[in-house]
Amino acid sequence: MGENTTTAIEYQNVYKRFKDADYYAVNNVDLTINEGEFITILGSSGSGKTTLLKMTNRLYDPDSGSITLFGENIQQADVVQVRRKIGYVIQQVGLLPHMTIARNIGIVPRLLKWDKERIDARARELLALVGLEPDTFIKRYPSQLSGGQQQRVGLARALAVDPKVMLLDEPFGAIDAINRLNLQDELKRLHGGLKKTFLFVTHDINEALKLGTRVIVMNNGQVCQFDTPANIVRNPADGFVESLIHSCREQEKLWEGLA
Amino acid sequence: MQETWAAIALYFENHTDAYFAMLRQHIGISLRVLFLAVLIGVSMGILCVVFKKQQKYVVGLFQILRIVPSLAVLVLSIRFLGIGMGPAVTALVFLAVPPILMNTVAGLEEVPFFMLETSHAMGMTPFQVWVQVRLPLALPLMLAGIKTAMVEIVASATIAALIGAGGLGQIIFQGLSVRRTDLLLIGGVSVAILALLMAFLIDLLERWSLKHKYA
Repeated sequence: MGENTTTAIEYQNVYKRFKDADYYAVNNVDLTINEGEFITILGSSGSGKTTLLKMTNRLYDPDSGSITLFGENIQQADVVQVRRKIGYVIQQVGLLPHMTIARNIGIVPRLLKWDKERIDARARELLALVGLEPDTFIKRYPSQLSGGQQQRVGLARALAVDPKVMLLDEPFGAIDAINRLNLQDELKRLHGGLKKTFLFVTHDINEALKLGTRVIVMNNGQVCQFDTPANIVRNPADGFVESLIHSCREQEKLWEGLA
Repeated sequence: MQETWAAIALYFENHTDAYFAMLRQHIGISLRVLFLAVLIGVSMGILCVVFKKQQKYVVGLFQILRIVPSLAVLVLSIRFLGIGMGPAVTALVFLAVPPILMNTVAGLEEVPFFMLETSHAMGMTPFQVWVQVRLPLALPLMLAGIKTAMVEIVASATIAALIGAGGLGQIIFQGLSVRRTDLLLIGGVSVAILALLMAFLIDLLERWSLKHKYA
């Protein structure tokens, strides 16, 4: 981190409790994320990681506290405008089945009233970027693509209008191990070339440590540790982080035993 | 049999104009009813999904209304609306709304939540999510309901002749009163062919709405 870092996202004392729940899904989260970082959010289910992510594009609103995006309090901004500036990718991909790949990638550009040629050129450029041959895929429907290919299109769609922030909610969770590794590598490469801020939710510790420039470890709605992968492994902040790393080491032992 | 065929041929020879007038009337009533039933069924289906709490009452009400025979509705509507096109259309609309309403509700609810959420997350307004995502994805099921309704409408429009609204039912009721098989056949078969034809047209629409699945 140089001295000229810009703050991309800032969470200040953010609390969120869902209706009818007697606990906080997100409990006093205070974080500053710099522009260009690849942040992974690691936690088990119910840790609040997805809730935190979804508050960033206002799919959920916090009960108290504030979230700012490049200095702008998103609670006070127009929700539709906020969302159009943020890329969003989820595990189920969510491509619209009745639209071709070209039309899916063009959703946000169409909302922003780009002209047709520009949208088409952008769709081709993005398909190439995510490793899909434009001529082969542009006219297909999502159902004609494999899970891995669909998620590549999901990424391309999220990148369509060049958002500064990308939110990714376990995007590779439903993809087989080999494809997942490929996609992880490509996402890392993509991030390196784009100068965007990535927020990537996962419950896979290997994925979190591999992709993140910094990792947020969450448990029961609270942030246990926010640090570089190396520091998290070397100096786990509490018992939970320690047990996470321990479980990972146990798995390694299994491999060593088998090899 | 030979005689019947001859009688049918003779009917078409002498009553071509009358036949086509009745056919036009039949189609006219059917389309009018379909238009109203789609309007009511689809908009109420949307309201049912938006106001979830009231949904079971509305759907239940129409389920009950559906059990009431259309003939009974027809006779009842004569009391309030008199005879002619009005009561006939009213009675048939009651019959046609339930399948459209229920399939609209089912189609709209079948769209997975994550798909709607991603659409919102991309920055669509709630209206855009309805028009670009939810309704198009519900369309195939809605059309299936409309097809069911269409067949029922065309078949039941026959009874509209009873209250002076015209249509192919006139031939059938005339055949019944003078015990002429040829007239019964002409009326009955015409209605059946018309119903199949209409269903086929909606089938084409349905296939078009599902083109991404056949691609």
